[in-house]
Amino acid sequence: MLTDVPAAPAPLEEPDARGRFGDYGGRFVPETLVLALQQLAEHYRELRQDQGFWRELAELMRSYSGRPTPLYRARRLQALVDGPELWLKREDLNHTGSHKINNCLGQALLARRLGKSTILAETGAGQHGVATATVCALLDMQCRVYMGAEDVRRQALNVSRMRLLGAEVISVESGSRTLKDATNEALRAWVGQVDEAHYILGSVVGPHPYPWMVRDFQAVIGHEIAAELWPKKVIACVGGGSNAAGAFARFVPHSEVGLVGVEAGGHGFTTGEHCASLGRGKPGVLHGALTYLLQDEFGQVSQTHSISAGLDYPGVGPEHSAWATSGRVEYHSVTDEEALNAFENLCRLEGIVPALESAHALAWYLREGKGRADEGPWVLCLSGRGDKDVQEVLRLRGLV
Amino acid sequence: MLLPYFTAGWPDPEAFVASVRGAAASGCSAFEVGIPFSDPVADGPIIQRTSSQALQAGIHWPEALRLTRQAVDGSGLAAIAMTYCNPLYALGLERACAELAAAGCRGLIVPDLTLEEGEPMEKAAAAAGLDLVYLVAPTTPDARVSEIARRSRGFVYLVSLRGVTGARQELPADLVQQIQRVRERAELPIMVGFGISTPDQAAAVAAQGAGVIVGSALLRAIGEAPPERAGEVTREFLSQMVRAMHPPDEGVVPAAS
Repeated sequence: MLTDVPAAPAPLEEPDARGRFGDYGGRFVPETLVLALQQLAEHYRELRQDQGFWRELAELMRSYSGRPTPLYRARRLQALVDGPELWLKREDLNHTGSHKINNCLGQALLARRLGKSTILAETGAGQHGVATATVCALLDMQCRVYMGAEDVRRQALNVSRMRLLGAEVISVESGSRTLKDATNEALRAWVGQVDEAHYILGSVVGPHPYPWMVRDFQAVIGHEIAAELWPKKVIACVGGGSNAAGAFARFVPHSEVGLVGVEAGGHGFTTGEHCASLGRGKPGVLHGALTYLLQDEFGQVSQTHSISAGLDYPGVGPEHSAWATSGRVEYHSVTDEEALNAFENLCRLEGIVPALESAHALAWYLREGKGRADEGPWVLCLSGRGDKDVQEVLRLRGLV
Repeated sequence: MLLPYFTAGWPDPEAFVASVRGAAASGCSAFEVGIPFSDPVADGPIIQRTSSQALQAGIHWPEALRLTRQAVDGSGLAAIAMTYCNPLYALGLERACAELAAAGCRGLIVPDLTLEEGEPMEKAAAAAGLDLVYLVAPTTPDARVSEIARRSRGFVYLVSLRGVTGARQELPADLVQQIQRVRERAELPIMVGFGISTPDQAAAVAAQGAGVIVGSALLRAIGEAPPERAGEVTREFLSQMVRAMHPPDEGVVPAAS
């Protein structure tokens, strides 16, 4: 039955030869990495036409990760605001608890074909790190995960999970000691062992071909949605933007489908403590791509804040920058407080504990869907589950 | 030729200017000045630290350029700026290059700029009279080395190893071949950087007819001494390298400051 779901991303748009989506993307990296990135792009271009590769990936997604994930109709949440018919795309039910494994499986299979024995990855809250460590255990590869020291402290459970799975976790002490710095350090490490290692970037960010490749591996989300129902709107949270890109890509050519990306508004724009790269940033270069970026007037990258570690990132995928510029996707934001309320509502009304990242998309639905009962069906990508966030939510609510 | 790297305004503004004067006294004829950036992906721990300390001390673009001008005027040396794409894009490439030139810079090194993305920067640099220097890595294929050599101005920066900046115990085993490989394809001078930290290493590179860029090891030495000794420490450190690179029996006289 999975064979009905188009696994290969053939109908999706491709970036140009320089890796640009419109004006955004490209490859801004130390020269040492250029050859590896060129080879990766060439290899991936061939692999894209290789049905054997996509069959192998689809089989792992089915038997190992549990795809296709269900589309669940959230009636009680809808009733709460008298909103449009709401369907949740249950990426939280994937093995390891989020959509991250879609990309990790794809890239690890690719890395194996490239003959690489070592995998490097960055992680923020630890979801991508856990997914990478899991896939490396499965495929017998060495795994080294770079994680900001601040995140190592805050996400002890995920650090333990990665270690149990056999990965080495490296605590990054530089800069703001969070995801941005972990990504810098993973890139530096890759420069040092570019011949033997493959870097599994966790989002649709970074130098070409990552934004393209990661989007393709996540596009299974949108393909599965389209196979079940044709939505009027698709809603997803956006940090780097991989679950959103995966959910949107299938529908981008169909202008009758509204697409909404929800950024982390943190404490609100007036405080400066947020991660709304598209809402408040301007184009710049970070982690190898030209894209919207939160930065000061002299081009120093800003310190960001979000209640959700997975959205706490100053940049955004270049394809999102292109979609924002063309107007094909709308980008909005919700605050920490709105996300927390949505988190609690989903727990109590539907019996689902969402990741705080996904709770941002839910919060936008609750705010903007109110009273619009005749506008559905809307599909919301529930990108991950919230086990990792339980302690933090209890702490913020003064319950521990 | 020996090209020392300093992070603008580090360890403090006076010590930075004194360090550049120390470089002049040791016989260097130019210096590289790092305009600090928050996310320096090509740099190892030492330059990451000096950059973030400089930023914390408020050495942003205007202050970095003001101090560069002061260092150029105080030393008589030419400056070559090193910074990442984003600060240049944030200001606008034309304005950024014009301001660098006005601060006394003759060249510009951008370690995250690739040939494929380089054209707008080449135009802006040329319009401001700046030499835009491209880097060659050990992983760069031969045909691409030729293309880099064709489009680079001033010199070609040869990255000695697969890795980020930072002092290393030993030079890479294939460095002689790497220099040879670039020389066969470039008419410009070759400057070798990343990982060169001792006079012996510098001498080995000079013996191949290439120049040397030294950064992390020099900054480490400066950082280990009190800031008021920065000029003196720099002069001693670089003088040893200059002597090692130009043994007296070769009859080469270090450039006067």
